Amino acid sequence: MAERVMMKGNEAIAEGAIRAGCRFFAGYPITPQNEVPEYMSRRMPEVGGTFIQAESEVSAINMVYGAAGAGARAMTSSSSPGVSLKMEGISYAAGSELPCVIVNVSRGGPGLGGLTPSQADYFQATKGGGHGDYRLVVFAPASVQEIIDLMYQAFVTADKYRTPAMILADGLLGQMMEPVTLPEDKDLQIPAKPWATTGMINGKPQSIINSLGLVGEELEKINVRLQKKYQEIAANEVRFAEEDVKDADLVIVAYGTSARVAKSAIDKARAEGKKVGLFRPITLWPFPSKPLSELAKSGKRFLTVEMSVGQMVEDVKLAVNGQAQVDSFGKLNGTIPSVNEVYDAIIKSFNSQGVA
Amino acid sequence: MILESIFAGFGGQGVMLMGQLLAYSGMHEGKNVTYFPSYGPEMRGGTANCSVIVSDDPVGSPVISELGILVAMNRPSMEKFEAMLKPGGMLFYNSSLIDVKPKRTDIKAFAIPANDIAIELGNIRVANMVIMGAILKAAGVVKIDTVMKVLTETVLTGKKKDLVGINRTALEKGMELGA
Repeated sequence: MAERVMMKGNEAIAEGAIRAGCRFFAGYPITPQNEVPEYMSRRMPEVGGTFIQAESEVSAINMVYGAAGAGARAMTSSSSPGVSLKMEGISYAAGSELPCVIVNVSRGGPGLGGLTPSQADYFQATKGGGHGDYRLVVFAPASVQEIIDLMYQAFVTADKYRTPAMILADGLLGQMMEPVTLPEDKDLQIPAKPWATTGMINGKPQSIINSLGLVGEELEKINVRLQKKYQEIAANEVRFAEEDVKDADLVIVAYGTSARVAKSAIDKARAEGKKVGLFRPITLWPFPSKPLSELAKSGKRFLTVEMSVGQMVEDVKLAVNGQAQVDSFGKLNGTIPSVNEVYDAIIKSFNSQGVA
Repeated sequence: MILESIFAGFGGQGVMLMGQLLAYSGMHEGKNVTYFPSYGPEMRGGTANCSVIVSDDPVGSPVISELGILVAMNRPSMEKFEAMLKPGGMLFYNSSLIDVKPKRTDIKAFAIPANDIAIELGNIRVANMVIMGAILKAAGVVKIDTVMKVLTETVLTGKKKDLVGINRTALEKGMELGA
């Protein structure tokens, strides 16, 4: 077995990307993700890739647009206010069908907000953020090991569907160190990209990449094609994890750091005989609606735990569609919920049976 | 077994290193570990701190909920975190710099004159290792040999190789005080 090494989440984002074949990184500093560009600046030259500290977030995402258009596995990373700045470029990448990865090590908002971990960018990540009918494939790791694994998945999925993917972490995951097992170097089998703008050498036909559809019917065609792709992604790429869900009366739905805290609180409730389980979405889009709906059908109730006022709860309610009670515990930006706070919310929800 | 700990002090007192040593050592001994540093404005003055959890089972919340070990290298750190200790928890405080006694009576407090001992040993910068030694003895969560292995492989490399001896002596001095 490969050796376990200690890594910071932000370093894992960078190393995971490199091992997934990322060879172009552009970014602009912002806490709490600064170790990503720092690590990239050291590591990227070792693998013959390109690291650029751009003059702004807007510039960085547009550099990624260019690199992805030329066929490279490309990524940028930032934190909440910086990701807001990238939104125009992300919408353009989605419209131009460019595979790339955007990392958000999120912090508290709105506005300049603070530096502490937060999950208040859920809406921005999953419901657009930029303009137009587009979707990002959004991965939400809950450990440093999972960051490594999902960085790979993000690049593979982006290439497979020619679409931008996002890693939505938070400041705690970025700053935390945990032991990880790094994947062995493997043949990445990056798919051919005949659409890339690499010049017309050796009779290669002209490639044009844009997101323009001035004629209404043309734009409609583009959107129909995009939606078909999103449906395919929704059908094939849903990821989630379950723990102690089978016999549970109450299912906690939480992702990322919140899921870690919820797990400890669930263990505490279980120790007292309360049948509580954890449902952890790993892709936030596509959201695991179907398995949640099935759990609702089987008579389970839900409590969402989030480091926001409660954003994912809307997707849980859409999935459950009135079949079961859905409670929400939200911790507003600034602090991470303690195990006891989540435990109290679990007990309250557990005892409020029947209030739909 | 699960042990939750906080290491706190001024920047430069080596609290982050202590936390990392515990985390790395735990990993080398096959345990599950998490290390979470304070990274906000506290890094730019005031107290720096990190949270370390060492556990036989996978770690759920990396945020401390049952504080078992608190290391306070200066007074603001002790005042900030003492109340968080669970009953029976251990407090290791740097009595060279902290001129007050802990308030709690339901904890095990170890007054370690870490700076004085380090100066006696000839290098004030090993004060953190003196306290680390006391933890190794009192909590027994990882072995001194593992800590030394991590130190020599990751920190005391190159020119710093000469400092291996004094670090080990500091750890051993501390172990005498953690009994």
